[in-house]
Amino acid sequence: MTESAFTPATRFAVPGRIAVSNRASALWRTATLTEIRRETPAVATFRFAVPGWAGHLPGQHLMLRLTAGDGYTAQRHYSLASPPDDTGHIELTLDHVEGGEVSGWFHSEARPGDEVEVRGPLSGFFAWPGDRPALLIGAGSGVVPLMSMIRHHRAGDLDVPLRLLVSARGPEELVYAAEYGAETTAVFTRRAPDGVPVGRLSPAHVAPLLAERPPGGWEAYVCGSNAFAEHASRLLVEAGQPVDRIRIERFG
Amino acid sequence: MNVTRGFTGRPRVHNPGLPPGQYDAGEDWPVLSAEVTPDLTPADWTFRIDGLVARPRSWDWDEAHALPASPYEGDIHCVTSWSKFGVRFGGVSLDAFLDVVRPDASATHAVAYSHSGYTTNLPLADLTGGRAWIAWEYDGKPLPAEHGGPARLLVPHLYFWKSAKWIAGLRLLDHDEPGFWEQNGYHARGNPWEEQRYSGD
Repeated sequence: MTESAFTPATRFAVPGRIAVSNRASALWRTATLTEIRRETPAVATFRFAVPGWAGHLPGQHLMLRLTAGDGYTAQRHYSLASPPDDTGHIELTLDHVEGGEVSGWFHSEARPGDEVEVRGPLSGFFAWPGDRPALLIGAGSGVVPLMSMIRHHRAGDLDVPLRLLVSARGPEELVYAAEYGAETTAVFTRRAPDGVPVGRLSPAHVAPLLAERPPGGWEAYVCGSNAFAEHASRLLVEAGQPVDRIRIERFG
Repeated sequence: MNVTRGFTGRPRVHNPGLPPGQYDAGEDWPVLSAEVTPDLTPADWTFRIDGLVARPRSWDWDEAHALPASPYEGDIHCVTSWSKFGVRFGGVSLDAFLDVVRPDASATHAVAYSHSGYTTNLPLADLTGGRAWIAWEYDGKPLPAEHGGPARLLVPHLYFWKSAKWIAGLRLLDHDEPGFWEQNGYHARGNPWEEQRYSGD
């Protein structure tokens, strides 16, 4: 016997408005490192020229592959930091992970002119094409895909509401500190500038944003360590954000 | 081969258990769900099999636990490149559930769906013959919520996105129907040994 199609309890599903190109993601391309920018003591941005890159949506990621002389390869997923219209170029912002095999190479060895391989862009779930009000919450390097969204918002002069809550241990660890504007509230968990409170992301940070109630409601994007993602997504749910309008990207 | 200047990689010993493109995550067990972790207690949990079966039915926590226990000890592999060796899950073989509902001869595929609304598709042949479980224990303890507890599907011979967390049911079909990540560009089957990561692999 058959029954009508299953309807997920939360309608947690693929955002139908986003088309994902499967063809582009099947190809490995050579990316040439053109520039390295220091963001914080432990974080740097790596800019690449990628001929044939098909473009991406803010929030998408790619797979990156390094190959050793004996044929050994290491591959990792990284979020794209650059906006989609950075023609022929992409940027990744990487933490220097203690003992990290790939991030270690980037932070200790890489220099302009080096070549790596990339495939993507991958996955449409965390993507934001700029068509809905977006409430972004990130911690540490979890802000990377969210920065792609902010840059896209600025480059396109979009008037759809966009807000960012970004958490860092202290001002010196705040990635992209110089680029934030009125859309951003920074939360410092260990050390803060004079006059700024120290403490973790709380209901008091989330409530005023949810109170804004933009037309159509917020699409929430949460990115950070698993512990942070659990904390932030619970705050959102408790503040009334529907679970099917929360997208999470976790790492660590 | 496209050698990366200055890259040597970690010291390595040949590990025949490591599929191509994977690394050993050691003690780590990253959490990669894209949705809010649902608040789901064993008392709330149910598991249903329907679609192309003779007798569709649901099990609650106690009914599922009354089926013969069947542990899994072995390896798991995530599409994001980590593998984890020698993990121990406790639960029940999916065969024990399927024996009750009796799949039709026409059933070739299944869609697994979770209490969060996540879906993933699998050939029925990947769910039978002692290769799939409903798992509720990890390392002798209740499966943590962030890893799919109280119960998840476990299909360890495929990439781990197929092992749906917070499993709610299986619908048996006579055709393949892409699930959540498969609609997002991931491979329809996801065999780590064939490196079937993305559509087109």
